[in-house]
Amino acid sequence: MTSRSPTTADAAGGAKPAVELIEITKAFPGVLANDRISLTVRRGEVHCLLGENGAGKSTLMNILSGMIRPDAGEIRLDGRAVEINSPKHAIELGIGMVYQHASLVPQLTVLENLMLGEAEGIRLNAGAARDRLQDLEGSIGLDVDPGATTGTLALGQQQQLEIIKALWRGSKVLILDEPTSMLTPQGVAELEQIIVRLKSQGLGVIFITHKLHEAVSMGDRVSILSQGRLVGVIEPAELRSTTHEVLQERIIALMFPSQARQAAEVAELTDEVEWHLPKRTLGGEPALEVESVSVKPGPGEIGVRDVSLDVWKGEIMGIAGVDGNGQRELAEAIAGQRPIAAGDIRLFGHSLVRLKVAQREKLGLRYVTDDRLQEGTVGSLSVAMNIVLKQIGKPPYWHRGRIRYSAILGKARELIARFEIRTPGPETRVGALSGGNVQKVVLARELSFDPKVVVYSKPTYGLDVRTTRSVRQTIREQAQQGVTSVVISTDLDELLDLCDRIAVLSRGRIVGVVENGPTAQQHVGELMVGGKAA
Amino acid sequence: MTETTAAAELREPPHPGEAARRPLRLGRVGDFLLRSILPLVLAVVTGAIVLAAIGVDPIDYYKDIYSGGIELSAWQDSVMRMAPLLLMAVGLIVVFRAGIWNLGMDGQFLLAGAVVAGLGPWIEPHVPNALNLVLMFLVAGAVGAAWTIPPALLKARYGLNEIITTLMMTFIGIDLAQILVKGPFQDPTTATPQTRSFDFTALLPSIPGTRIHGGILVALASAVVVWFLMSRTSFGLRLQVLGASARSARHMGLDVPRLIVVSFLVSGMFVGFAAAAEILGIWGYQRADWNPAFGLWVVPLVFLARLNALVVIPYVFLLSVVSIGGDYAAQNAGLTPRFTLLLVGLTLLFMALTEWVAGRAELGGSYLPRTSFRRRRRSEGSS
Repeated sequence: MTSRSPTTADAAGGAKPAVELIEITKAFPGVLANDRISLTVRRGEVHCLLGENGAGKSTLMNILSGMIRPDAGEIRLDGRAVEINSPKHAIELGIGMVYQHASLVPQLTVLENLMLGEAEGIRLNAGAARDRLQDLEGSIGLDVDPGATTGTLALGQQQQLEIIKALWRGSKVLILDEPTSMLTPQGVAELEQIIVRLKSQGLGVIFITHKLHEAVSMGDRVSILSQGRLVGVIEPAELRSTTHEVLQERIIALMFPSQARQAAEVAELTDEVEWHLPKRTLGGEPALEVESVSVKPGPGEIGVRDVSLDVWKGEIMGIAGVDGNGQRELAEAIAGQRPIAAGDIRLFGHSLVRLKVAQREKLGLRYVTDDRLQEGTVGSLSVAMNIVLKQIGKPPYWHRGRIRYSAILGKARELIARFEIRTPGPETRVGALSGGNVQKVVLARELSFDPKVVVYSKPTYGLDVRTTRSVRQTIREQAQQGVTSVVISTDLDELLDLCDRIAVLSRGRIVGVVENGPTAQQHVGELMVGGKAA
Repeated sequence: MTETTAAAELREPPHPGEAARRPLRLGRVGDFLLRSILPLVLAVVTGAIVLAAIGVDPIDYYKDIYSGGIELSAWQDSVMRMAPLLLMAVGLIVVFRAGIWNLGMDGQFLLAGAVVAGLGPWIEPHVPNALNLVLMFLVAGAVGAAWTIPPALLKARYGLNEIITTLMMTFIGIDLAQILVKGPFQDPTTATPQTRSFDFTALLPSIPGTRIHGGILVALASAVVVWFLMSRTSFGLRLQVLGASARSARHMGLDVPRLIVVSFLVSGMFVGFAAAAEILGIWGYQRADWNPAFGLWVVPLVFLARLNALVVIPYVFLLSVVSIGGDYAAQNAGLTPRFTLLLVGLTLLFMALTEWVAGRAELGGSYLPRTSFRRRRRSEGSS
């Protein structure tokens, strides 16, 4: 059992390269995802990988973890050239990918999840496995109950279990793909400590992130990808000797070389957001009232229990919480996409409960779904069509059931310009656009036909800094025009940046509502962790 | 490591310029050849190998198909065969566009045929011919549509898999058609179980100068109508959204259950029309053991044509030639006429193989249309 243990403390100051990627190239139809990227990950070192969406990070990591094969280039492990044929092969070679979710079986216990995929023999040796888990936990300072059912663990713990699982299989290199995106502030701090211990044991860690402040504070070395190419590397010496502000400016300059001006604008996103209270006076009638609403959970869901919320006209109400605590159920219940089991939802005093999606739409309710590819758009249809997809059959875009292309294209051109959608043209398929532009198409549709109350679900999830900024700006502008917003987000920084008030959703219940302000971050963090301690 | 650690080394990209995006697509023509022509070619070649293996000269066989399906006036038979096939294809396009698998065509077809052949000769003496023909088409359409109602409701209400329910309904439909033909509709004057016959003069009139009955005109008109419906109307767009993703459809506020039922009904109606065209154009009566099983022939064509009701027309013509000429060729070669089905089956197999070789994650995915809602072809590169 100990033969494959990763704890061979070969931590010789991180000099030895654990993985070398040399001139990796991978093309997909229409795009060169990786263009001769070379990257070295050393033992005992955290190598941060920064880049916008579509910069090629995921492709590169999928190549390293055996999901896809490169067209050209070489991968060396401990100096030896290897060819990684499959994810299984990558695991055997000691490359551990820590997934966000879906790689654990929720019905199994912690120990069973770890023993899953063990190739040795038919009989499972639970006793030995238990001992080994204790060893591993001790070595990196974790404490997960081996008998606990995985599905009941908090997401932070599930992530820790993912890390343990990677170590269990003898990983020498760990790939963490945006590991902080779903964590509470406390969870991030814990993760940081774990990573420090992993380093001290000689593991190489690849840390993929969007957030610049994480990269400069956690990384020993930072590589920046842009449009499939490696555009810069910041070495450990410079990382240590330079202030964070200077580093961030440098990184921004590397990521957006041609847009130095815009770079200055995105700088505000790079720091941890303090808080930002919109200067508005609110009151009068609530625009959206959610009263004691319960939603039955679907398979693998938590559901919503007895949730009440009043949102004033023009207010931005945030809903914080770790993913999977009932956010989607609540949003879909408000939008009319799933029935509620109890309670009432009112828009300007009118009950919505008996109304269908299209009727709620007519009253001015909009829902910006977080599943922009599968739900929010139809990839095989053009940008123009997607923009009018909620207007099907209505004038001026349809006339007696017949489509009127000129009206649709005209509207599309107008909105493409207004929302700065980067597309070759209005007739390009949405499926061919980048994630950020798909989101802009969704926003263009939801926000341009006289919205009154908009529910945003993770509006900037997976977007690059520039798009994130423009999306948040759009939300603010809408609010200034009197549009009421509910922003559901797992990114606390985002909520602090946008909202008047923040409600915390935990296990399907609202456990507290916090006014945005200097103490909001701490408050919300406590509510997220404490759960029922409202 | 040999690198200096003094300062960050900015590695310029190894080559300059805007070459980061490089189109690797096959292009429209290449794509068409690969997906819509290559499977046919491979099916013909493999069919030839099979023929050679069982001692039949493939060149002769294919020549016979040509002479039996095109030469002299055989092309007229082929065109007549097109009528039911095209109407069925058109009906399938409607449901397949909506992402629904109505595979119960044969049951819908035979049942509609049985009712038309059973009622028609009985009504015929009492009404003018033209009215009777129109009435019979409507009855056939109604019967075909009605037979899709159980699967449609089960899917719309309970999300039951329509592949299973439509296939089950097709067995019931085939048997029920037999029961009708042998029971209430049987012609008491003949020994073989069959319905009474239409009077010759009461059948679909021929196109002047040919033997071709008017069913083909109904079929071509239906193809145009469906093409228009699918590409120019709000109904077509709704169906396409539903076909792309039921979640999207719900999100967009579409009435998904209603769309499911309507698309089923429309598809069943066209299958009913197909039966009317065949009975009123060719036979004038229906035998209890008659089952041309056109439904499964049509499925591959519909996908080769990427669910486009106009593009499917030449494919249907090709299949009709193979089907008419194949009978003759098989007879000459001493094979069963069912050998033609082998070619159809091979086509389907090679479609799947091309998809697999071309590396589609979702098999069959590329046979779904990319965009039917665009005004005209224009270069996507310009902004």
